[in-house]
Amino acid sequence: MSAPAAHHYTTTGLDSRKIAIWAFIGSECMLFISLISTYLIYKGRSIVGPFPHEEWTSPDGRHFEPILDIPITSASTFVLLMSSLAMVLALAAVQNKNLPKRTRGDRILGSSKLWLWMTALLGATFLGFQAYEFTSFVHEGLTLSTNLFGSSFFTLTGFHGAHVTAGVIWLVSLLAIDYRRGLGPADALNVDIAALYWHFVDVVWIVIFTVVYLIE
Amino acid sequence: MAHDPAHTEHAAADAHAGGEDQHHPGWSTYWKVAVILTVITIWEVWAYYIPSLVASRIFVPMLLILSGLKFVIVVMFYMHLKYDHKLFRALFTGPLLIAALTGIALLFLFGQLVARFGPG
Repeated sequence: MSAPAAHHYTTTGLDSRKIAIWAFIGSECMLFISLISTYLIYKGRSIVGPFPHEEWTSPDGRHFEPILDIPITSASTFVLLMSSLAMVLALAAVQNKNLPKRTRGDRILGSSKLWLWMTALLGATFLGFQAYEFTSFVHEGLTLSTNLFGSSFFTLTGFHGAHVTAGVIWLVSLLAIDYRRGLGPADALNVDIAALYWHFVDVVWIVIFTVVYLIE
Repeated sequence: MAHDPAHTEHAAADAHAGGEDQHHPGWSTYWKVAVILTVITIWEVWAYYIPSLVASRIFVPMLLILSGLKFVIVVMFYMHLKYDHKLFRALFTGPLLIAALTGIALLFLFGQLVARFGPG
């Protein structure tokens, strides 16, 4: 049995932790929109390739295909979307921990460990896709300093990847608490805050996927 | 974990303090949302592979609308903004709007977006 959660009431009657995470997410919107704007401002202004959607032949005769790999990125986008589903199910499982589990389906849906594991694994899979993408880009000749596309692309997606990494670490710490003493309704707000962060990382990728990968 | 009335009471107080009105959707809504998000993503990728559609004027607006739709669906249903306190909505949409308008202004300033007035 865990100790009762300490409350952080404010004059609004709302918990300061939840106000803080929404304010943080608001500020993160500003960060990512500035990075996306920078990417868009530099779009099409690179003097040398490789380019995201166009072929390019260098002065020494090397031919470069369009560098973005849409099938791979579509798969990683799907993985991140499904991680958001797993995250809401983890939160629901924690909130409903004390409800009776009569059927096998109830037990599966009510397992916070299962859904936290799923979310963390899907997040790690997304990071694996990103590591593969970055590695293949470097092998194909695109680095942070190659051209304006490389600088703005790696900065934007690298910042996003760093946020996903922080989210995975957060999820693993929640899992450790769940194994140590069990997460219950008293912890729902803490899991909710982690879930808000995770979904935010997902919505940022929704925008990046369209703006960077699909729009030529 | 064993059921404990005091624990549950604290949880309810915590949830209330979190600003939730206790009407979060359940599994049936969550999986429907996941299916809708998947269908929209498939639609976006499918559109990318149709050259005539990519070359048309509707391609970029269509992708932006679909992306915006996915964004709103996740924020409303998975982040529970549809069900939460208005203050959270203000804390999210306020900075988002300021940042989006600043971003659009920058795109005009640097010539990536051009406003055309009048014929021609």
